[in-house]
Amino acid sequence: MKENIFQHKQQKLLSIYYTAGYPTLDSTIDIAEELEKSGADFLEIGFPYSDPVADGPVIQNSSELALQNGMNLKVLFEQLKTLRSRVSIPVFLMGYFNPVLQYGVENFCRSCQEVGVNGVIIPDLPMYEYEDLYETIFKQHGISNIFLVTPQTSTERIRKIDKLSNSFIYLLSSNATTGKNLEVGESSTAYFKRLKEMELENPLVIGFGISNAETFAKATAYAHGAIIGSAFVKLLSRPDYHNEIKNFVKKIKS
Amino acid sequence: MSKYQVDKKGYYGPFGGAYIPEMLYPNVEELQSRYLEIMQEESFQQEFHALLKDYVGRPSPLYHAKRLSERYGATIFLKREDLNHTGAHKINNTIGQILLAERLGKKRIIAETGAGQHGVATATVCALKGLECVVYMGEVDIARQAPNVARMKMMGAKVVAATSGSKTLKDATNEALRDWINNPVDTHYIIGSVVGPHPYPDLVARFQSIISEETKKQLVEKTGSTTPDYVLACVGGGSNAAGMFYHFLDDEQVKLIAVEAAGHGVDSGETAATTALGKDGVLHGSRSILMQTEDGQVIEPYSISAGLDYPGIGPQHAWLFKSGRGQYVSITDDEAMQAGLLLTKLEGIIPAIESSHALAHLEKMTFTGDENVVICLSGRGDKDLDNYMKYFGF
Repeated sequence: MKENIFQHKQQKLLSIYYTAGYPTLDSTIDIAEELEKSGADFLEIGFPYSDPVADGPVIQNSSELALQNGMNLKVLFEQLKTLRSRVSIPVFLMGYFNPVLQYGVENFCRSCQEVGVNGVIIPDLPMYEYEDLYETIFKQHGISNIFLVTPQTSTERIRKIDKLSNSFIYLLSSNATTGKNLEVGESSTAYFKRLKEMELENPLVIGFGISNAETFAKATAYAHGAIIGSAFVKLLSRPDYHNEIKNFVKKIKS
Repeated sequence: MSKYQVDKKGYYGPFGGAYIPEMLYPNVEELQSRYLEIMQEESFQQEFHALLKDYVGRPSPLYHAKRLSERYGATIFLKREDLNHTGAHKINNTIGQILLAERLGKKRIIAETGAGQHGVATATVCALKGLECVVYMGEVDIARQAPNVARMKMMGAKVVAATSGSKTLKDATNEALRDWINNPVDTHYIIGSVVGPHPYPDLVARFQSIISEETKKQLVEKTGSTTPDYVLACVGGGSNAAGMFYHFLDDEQVKLIAVEAAGHGVDSGETAATTALGKDGVLHGSRSILMQTEDGQVIEPYSISAGLDYPGIGPQHAWLFKSGRGQYVSITDDEAMQAGLLLTKLEGIIPAIESSHALAHLEKMTFTGDENVVICLSGRGDKDLDNYMKYFGF
């Protein structure tokens, strides 16, 4: 396996996704800190976009409210200046390509490096554009680009993704938008097994449809870790969310 | 290979590409690798042209509008896409795509629609072929376009309200893309304009290119030449313009004019004048010119014409604009409404408000008297009667 940021731990990694600037503009770092304290192994912080086509209603809603709260990449990087004084687990940014393009891809990578972000997940940045135009810039700034794999992704393409990756591979539990429940039936078991047996160079982390202890356990039976998004974002809509974060993480890891 | 057509990587100059999440990759890749081969099959061509002739009613006439010509001092021809079955050029594309979907073995069709014209054209071809049809339409548009919603339902389509964002065309497109992500195997997405990831802009332009193919033949009969001086068409996403320009792109002496919707005015904050205000960006799977905020959030467009109410333009248009091959102008609501009424009074043709934008630009052109001008009359005004009535108080 390639060297990666999870050298200290390779099993049952729990990652939590949430949208920056939601529920309030200034909640971004507080939530990160609380998640680390509660036992999350790494984080994905979403930067909002007006047209998030890969997302279901929960994350669409948090993105819309975050934008209304005034969140954008400039504000986010300003907030993240205190990230590394408060949070030590790996942090990835996740969002759509257009805001990155307007911020400037090079500026974006530089800002990520300056605030100590480990990598980014940009679902609508195609592999060939990444390779052709942006890989050098990402590498210069030490920023990992995370690729997605779905049940429909061909073996050949997965091998190529494995070659281009250097943190982890984001395995989608099914071909779906975010926020649907994972049903581990025969076909998804076969898919997870197929991936596991490929003995890839990068850790596999399963996302989309993971919402609780049960689905987390199912996913991590086949992969190094799993990502919870919509279920956590739902929690953030509650007024007492801050006190509930510990409990949420504990339940999943139990 | 024309420098204005798509290249092997799916780009028009710097615009185009396929900026899609991995979940859409298999669907889009399947289309990319097969669309040309399927479209070139003899059986495809035969069925396509037979349906265009007997079902759509093509060729659509190229009509010399004499009184309009007198008024402006040029010879003006109208390409009568308004006479097509379902009332607009949209059906050229949906006929083509349903045949493509059949050959790809797809069982379920999805589409987005704004005013409902593309939704109706899609529901129509699904009824024709007996395929399941789901049309995404903004909640706001459903409320203001009741007759088209009824048409789609009569033809057996399921109309699903898009309730996210501004609840209009852009959001309907997002919902259709989400549906496609969730139904990766049996579903074909019939995009209604020359937008979306490669190969859609090229695919749709090819199906719409019948407009300029016919126009050239008809022009020879009427003027002795295949090349007019000017070709005009309105642009929202840009499908009728793409079809109207297609076979004239390499005739550099033909001036191509694309007319966008200025809404209440380019600087009013309520506009859809994309090239005037937009910047390079990515929306709905392709890189193009896009109305957006400084930090890359898409701005809601506005136009009285629902068909032009889109914050971007197709990547080929972005390239025609940037390369200078096309002139991109804009027309306000008021100018368009007046032009629609003028055509009605002079020629007895009520145009769609979209097409009225192209007509309105005639007011801003100067002619010496010898010019031949072709305008794409992309749709008929029946769907807009409510708007015309409200505006003029009939």
